[in-house]
Amino acid sequence: MNLIRYQTPELTTWPALDRWSNLRDELNSLFDLPFLANNRQDLFSGWSPALDLYQNNDNLVAVVELPGMRKEDIEISLHDGTLTIAGERKSSSSNGEKAERTERYVGSFRRSISLPARVDTSKVSATYRDGILTVTLPKAEEAKPKRIDVAG
Amino acid sequence: MNTTIRETDGRQTEQFVAPAASVIEEGDGYLLRVEMPGVNKEGLEISTEGNELTITGRRSLPTIDGALLHHESRRENFRRTFEIDPSIDVNKINARIEQGLLTLTLPKAEHVKPRKITVS
Repeated sequence: MNLIRYQTPELTTWPALDRWSNLRDELNSLFDLPFLANNRQDLFSGWSPALDLYQNNDNLVAVVELPGMRKEDIEISLHDGTLTIAGERKSSSSNGEKAERTERYVGSFRRSISLPARVDTSKVSATYRDGILTVTLPKAEEAKPKRIDVAG
Repeated sequence: MNTTIRETDGRQTEQFVAPAASVIEEGDGYLLRVEMPGVNKEGLEISTEGNELTITGRRSLPTIDGALLHHESRRENFRRTFEIDPSIDVNKINARIEQGLLTLTLPKAEHVKPRKITVS
């Protein structure tokens, strides 16, 4: 399965704050690079919400952790067997607010995952509850497992 | 945020992860925003003891039937303790959770707010 993790290059956050990164590895890798060469995107990773993908006989189900979004700001699209979930978390601070310290990411994100089976695009549905997005993608008839009885 | 807190209550050990948080200065106090996807009002527990504020979020995650093909999320519940400034009035802390994002308003106590004294 092919997985593409899109990183927003304009977001610069300290790698230690990315919960999937390992600080020691990041620091070690600094010494291996010609000064900030082409790895800028890996080094300064932006918001990349956690995504799980499940498969059963009838459906593929993608579960994405997106705390504190408005459902109108979540965009789900399917193209050539790739599911893309994108959106933007707007800074909710009103005027006069000043962030003292922040670990949360604000801004846009985009996650793409290539689906292991054909899906019926007309039947895709999604729910957003408690900050968790669940996208249910019913498999196309020809992609469902079929039981074949042995005749005779 | 990579911290995993182990808590032993005598018999069993539960592991927690520390959720991502932001502190924002606002008006006469602070806003504390904590990301806890999968947590709703029922799973939330907030307590203060002295100058420590502890937030525990138990997740009610969707149960999905099937094989997990790709996995990035963590199943652990959330717990994090914050040290609160003595200027905060702990009795006036207000909390709400919307789509897995907890917002706590921490107002400053009356006696520390700037006051204008008129000379009579």
